[in-house]
Amino acid sequence: MNLIVVILFLAIVSLTLVITYFAAKRTQSTGDFYTAGGGLTGWQNGLAIAGDYLSAASFLGIAGAIALYGFDGFFYSIGFLIAYLVVMFLVAEPLRNLGKYTLADMINSRFDAKKVRAVAAISSITIVIFYMIAQLVGAGALIQLLFGIDYWIAVLIVGVMMTIYVLFGGMTATSWVQIIKAVLLMLGTVIIAFLVLMKFNFDIFQMFSEVKTVTSHGEAYLQPGLQYTVPLDTISLMLALVLGTAGLPHILMRFFTVKDAKTARSSVVTATWVVGIFYILTIFLGFGAAAFVGESNILQANPAGNMAAPLLAEALGGDLLMSFVAAVAFATILAVVAGLVLSGASAFAHDIYGQIIKKGKASDRQQMLAAKWASLGVSVFSILLSLFAQSLNVAFLVSLAFCVAASANLPVILYTIYWRRFNTTGAVTAMLSGLLTAIILVSMSPNVFALDGSAIFVGEPIFPLTNPALISVPVGFLGGFLGTILSKELDSARYAEVKVRANTGYRGN
Amino acid sequence: MPTKVESDYKKNTDFKRVAESKKFRELINQRKKFIIPLTIFFLVFYFALPIMTSYSTILNRSAIGDISWAWIFAFAQFVMTWMLCIVYVKKSAKFDKQADEIIQEEIEGER
Repeated sequence: MNLIVVILFLAIVSLTLVITYFAAKRTQSTGDFYTAGGGLTGWQNGLAIAGDYLSAASFLGIAGAIALYGFDGFFYSIGFLIAYLVVMFLVAEPLRNLGKYTLADMINSRFDAKKVRAVAAISSITIVIFYMIAQLVGAGALIQLLFGIDYWIAVLIVGVMMTIYVLFGGMTATSWVQIIKAVLLMLGTVIIAFLVLMKFNFDIFQMFSEVKTVTSHGEAYLQPGLQYTVPLDTISLMLALVLGTAGLPHILMRFFTVKDAKTARSSVVTATWVVGIFYILTIFLGFGAAAFVGESNILQANPAGNMAAPLLAEALGGDLLMSFVAAVAFATILAVVAGLVLSGASAFAHDIYGQIIKKGKASDRQQMLAAKWASLGVSVFSILLSLFAQSLNVAFLVSLAFCVAASANLPVILYTIYWRRFNTTGAVTAMLSGLLTAIILVSMSPNVFALDGSAIFVGEPIFPLTNPALISVPVGFLGGFLGTILSKELDSARYAEVKVRANTGYRGN
Repeated sequence: MPTKVESDYKKNTDFKRVAESKKFRELINQRKKFIIPLTIFFLVFYFALPIMTSYSTILNRSAIGDISWAWIFAFAQFVMTWMLCIVYVKKSAKFDKQADEIIQEEIEGER
């Protein structure tokens, strides 16, 4: 670890702590804690969404995947971006108009049913835990590589930092950590992309011509099919990516931090531009790494290619740029896990404790205490799980999180807003069938069973696809449909209210 | 008495009447006409890429120099996203106006 890394690392840590200190003063009520008082502007929230979304998997993972597999690595970038059209066109504004703190609030604007809220909370918590373990285990491994410290210390550092932000600064601190991280990440990516382009004389055609000679794949590097060879698996993955985002609790929660649907819209627009520019630039990161770091060096540092971006920074800008990129990667991890803790805690404290156990009659002080205890609980639980999960290959947990979000959450969101006939039975069956199908199919998939021992168990996978979205998303929609039509219950007056509120943003009685 | 307060609360707005008003139905219809075709369009456009690259090699042909049609199609996804983003913002400004009119005339005006 050199001196510049230590200085940048400490600078980021102290900056975020200063933010948390000021945020803590402004976090008086439960609303402040969960949604920063709903006072963020479209720009701020747009950057925070980008900061929440562009995880280390996006930054380091995609750069590595493009460096190693060319075109196929870029598939992730496309799926992650188009997902924002689903959020923008179908989900963001009605969600803001109907919800308060959580996804369950939005569904319960139509049904006052505890079972619906409970299932929605369980589905959110499941997604958060899967996603969080993947992030923390990845973070531990990454910080170990970047700074040369032990895995368990790395997980503890990240874990303690995220707990401090959330516990003391709530959504205000978390949002600002995400905003700063988004700016730093864009800055780092633009600098590297610019340096890569400069090396190719600002000629994109020259870049394409040269990269097909630098890898062991030759011309095939620029063509699809290097990494994804099973057509249905590719399509299933693309389905989970494009529909999953609109069901991820920590992304949905961000829409409650603005004052109305108009601001929610402008924040998705900002996020879409920022995220889009970032994903375009991943090509330069990937190609640059392939050309100036080299396939064998990337693989040697980390077989999954996660070190491609930091190594490229070192090759182009020496220690200084490498340290900057390492610090940005660290900030990236912190911002994402803090958002996850908050969304997990809101499902526990607001939905399960506040609304189900206390029946919505808890005082603001009680709710705030519950929120803080839940944050602490979620943090400690995920840190412990991550410490034990070190040796597991956790990459599948991210795709599982997206898959559960797409299969369990998205059908119920769309039905609640757009389907007149939808009812409580349908809401429960939609979420349970999507959730269970996704989890059961993944546990029988090649991620868990492999003959060569590369997965958790050795054996023949019963389910052939690595990502089950192609089956579980239709099952989620079908489950909701059947549950609805098989039960007679129907409240069209209530739907009229939901429809008017969702479409006009009217909040009065 | 709490019961009385609650019945007052429900009487405030007759959402069913608002939902059946001409202006509201017009807004819903225009929204549908805008959102449904565009959503189908972008999903088809999106899935066309992995389907074409998985089941054919048609996109592997060169478009400009070493850049194949697969890359052009991939970039087109980005351009499409940003275009739809701009179109959506423009259209929504119009919907916002209609929604405000409904709130003023149908909900608050009818109190």
